[in-house]
Amino acid sequence: MAATPQLQLRCCAASGCRSAGSEALQAALLAARDQLGGAADAVTIKPVGCLRLCGRGPLVAVDRSGGDGQEPSAGSTELYAELTPEQAPALLAAATGLGEGPAAAQRLDPAHPFFALQKPVVLEGCGVVNPESIDDALAHGSYAQLKRVLLECSPEQVRDQVKRSGLRGRGGAGYPTGLKWDTVALQPPGPRYVVCNADEGDPGAFMDRSVLESDPHRLIEGMAIAAYAVGAEQGYVYVRAEYPLAIERLRLALRQARGKGLLGGGIAGSSFNLRLEVRVGAGAYVCGEETALLASIQGQRGTPRPRPPYPAQKGLWDAPTLINNVETLASIPVILREGGDWYASIGTEGSKGTKVFALSGAVANTGLVEVPMGTSLRTVVQTIGGGVPGAEGPDGGVKAVQTGGPSGGCIPAHLLDTPVDYESLKALGSMMGSGGLVVMGETTAMPEVARHFMRFSVNESCGKCVPCRAGTVQLLQLLDRFVERRATLADLERLEELCTMVGATSLCGLGQAAPNPVLSTLRYFRQEYQAACRDPDQCEPLDACLLQEVTR
Amino acid sequence: MIAPPAAPSPPPEALPPAAVERTTRLIRQHRGRADALIEVLHQVQELYGYLPAGALAQVARELKLPLSRVHGVASFYHLFRLEAPTAHRCAVCLGTACFVKGGGELAERIERRLGLRMDDAAGNGTWALEHVSCLGACGQAPVLVVDGQLEPRLPMDDPAALDARLAALGLTAAADPDPSGAS
Repeated sequence: MAATPQLQLRCCAASGCRSAGSEALQAALLAARDQLGGAADAVTIKPVGCLRLCGRGPLVAVDRSGGDGQEPSAGSTELYAELTPEQAPALLAAATGLGEGPAAAQRLDPAHPFFALQKPVVLEGCGVVNPESIDDALAHGSYAQLKRVLLECSPEQVRDQVKRSGLRGRGGAGYPTGLKWDTVALQPPGPRYVVCNADEGDPGAFMDRSVLESDPHRLIEGMAIAAYAVGAEQGYVYVRAEYPLAIERLRLALRQARGKGLLGGGIAGSSFNLRLEVRVGAGAYVCGEETALLASIQGQRGTPRPRPPYPAQKGLWDAPTLINNVETLASIPVILREGGDWYASIGTEGSKGTKVFALSGAVANTGLVEVPMGTSLRTVVQTIGGGVPGAEGPDGGVKAVQTGGPSGGCIPAHLLDTPVDYESLKALGSMMGSGGLVVMGETTAMPEVARHFMRFSVNESCGKCVPCRAGTVQLLQLLDRFVERRATLADLERLEELCTMVGATSLCGLGQAAPNPVLSTLRYFRQEYQAACRDPDQCEPLDACLLQEVTR
Repeated sequence: MIAPPAAPSPPPEALPPAAVERTTRLIRQHRGRADALIEVLHQVQELYGYLPAGALAQVARELKLPLSRVHGVASFYHLFRLEAPTAHRCAVCLGTACFVKGGGELAERIERRLGLRMDDAAGNGTWALEHVSCLGACGQAPVLVVDGQLEPRLPMDDPAALDARLAALGLTAAADPDPSGAS
C-alpha cells in the first residue's frame, strides 16, 4: 500500500458508552466514511472495549500512523468524548484534515492525569483490541503465552512464575494466588476444576465487566494457563446475569477459541485438554462467595457452607477446585510474558502489581482506572478523578471514599493520603474489595450510607445462618432510627454491640462483613450518629467527640 | 423462610403445547443434567416471561428432581419470577454510585408518578417497578431500565427536565391520578 497516512478510529463498544449511544455513533461513522470516496480506504473504524472515561461517553479514539496500520504511537492519538451521530462527518473531516472537528471541549487531552497516571497491565488490550474478533486478539498477542507455556514449561514452572509475581487475589480477600494454585495442584490425583468468579456484585464495581466486554480472550488465556498449572481439564466462568453484553461476548470468544483449537482436545498441538463453559447466575449477590458460587454452578440454591474443607481441597463435585477472580486470571498472561519478577517490581512490598478501580459517585471523571498498588487514594480521587465537581478546598469537596462495597467502609477525607494496598485499607476498617471506589461529597449523610448498605445486605442475605438473616434486619431497624432522628444513646450502644456479634458469628463473608459500613462510619463520623439522637442533651457534646477523633 | 404451600392447588394452568414441547427439547439439549437446572430455568422463563407452576413441575419431572428442589432454586434467585409480569417493567438502580447521585429520590418519584410500590410484582396493573443493586453503569449514574432499555444520566437536579424525560419514556401516571391515594 502507498504511504498515505492511515487512520484508525476506535469506537468504545462497552456497556457504558453503549448506553450513551455508541452503536448509533459507530453506524454514523461508517456511513460518513463511505461518503469519503477514494479516501475511505485509508480509514479503519473498529469497535473496541472500554476507553476508560465512562462518564463522558460515547468515546472515540483517533489513531494516526504513517505506515500500514501497525501499532500507533501514543503521541498520534486523539480522544473525543460525548459525540453524537450528527457529529460523525465532522469528526471524520477533522481526522482526515479536511475540516473543522467537533467542539474543542469534546477533545480530551491524553496528557491529563486521568490517562497519564494509569498503568495498563490487566487493561493493556482494553480499548485496543476488537473484543468480538479473535484474529485481532491474536494479532495483539493473545494466546501466545498459552502456546509457549504448553510447549516449553512444566506446570511447576508456571506456578513458580505466579508465586514470584506476588500476585494476590483481586476478588477482595487478597489470598496469594500462587499458594492457592499450589494447594490445588498438590491434591491427590483425580479430576480438578478451574472456576472464574465473574459474579461481580458489589454496587459500584464494574472492573470485571469491563474486562469481559473489552478483552475476553485475555481471560480465557489466563484461565487456560491456570488449568494447565493445576491439572484441570474442565472449567466454568460464572457470570452474573445482569451483564448480558459480557455474557454474549464471552460466549462468542469461547466459540472462536474452540474453532481455532485453543480450547478443546490437544490444545495447540500439546496433549493438554480443556473444556470451558459459561454459567450464568440469576441475581444473588451471595453467589460471589466461593462455596455459594460452587453450589450455584451445580444448579442449587446459592448458600455457603462452612470451610474447611476449602474449595481447593473439595469443591465442585467434591474435586479440588481452583477459584479465581476475573482480574486475577486476566493478569496471568502478562505475568508469564514479562516474568514474575517484572510484575513484582510494580506496587508495594505486600501488594504487588496494579489494581483496576471503578471510580464513580460524586467525582468529575468517572470511569475505569488502573494504577500501581500503593498509589494514594488522593491521587486516584483528586488528581485522576478530579474531585467533586464544582467543589473546592484541600480535599476537593470529598467527604469520604467508599471502598469494598457492602463489605467495605468509608474512608474520610483526612485519610486520603493512605496508599491503596490490602493492609492499609484493612487497617482503616475498610477493605480493598473488588475495586469499586465511590466518592461521596459533603451532602451525603453517613448514617444514610450505612443504612443503604444494610438494606442491601438484608436483601441479599441467603438466610442460612441466623446472625446474618436476623441480625442484619435488626441492624437495619436500628439504622432507620438514626436516619429518622429518633434514636437514643442506648441505640448507639446496641448498634455497636450487634455489629460486633453479627461480624463474629456469621457463617460466610457476607454476614461477617455486613457490619463494616456501619462500623467504619461510626468510627469516622460518630458525631453524625450522635446528632441524630432524639435528645441531643444525652449525647456527648460535639466538640468532645471531634476532639476524640483528632486524638485517636 | 419456608413458603406455605400454594393452597390445595387448583388444576395447573394449561400451558401452550408448543412451549411444553420446547421445554422438553431444551432439557434434552442439557442432556437432562441436574446441574443445568438454573440454565434451564432461565430458558423456560424466556419462553413464558415467568416460571408458571406447571412449567416448574415439568422441569422437575424431566430433570428427575424433587419439585421442592426446583421450587427452592426458582424462589431463591431474585431474577426468577413466579408470577406473570406486568406489561411494562421499570427497574431503578440503587447501587452505591446511583444512590450518591439521587437514585433513591428517583425511585420515590416514579412510585408517586405511577401510583405503585417498588418491588411489588403486581405494580399498578400496567407498570411494575423493581430495584436492582448495580448494573455496572456507574459512570452514567443515576440509571433506570425501562422495558429492557438502559436510560443513563437522569437529570435529578432539574425536576422539569426529569418529568419530561420520564413522560417521554412512557412512565405516565396510572388511571387513578390521585397521588395521595397511593396505597
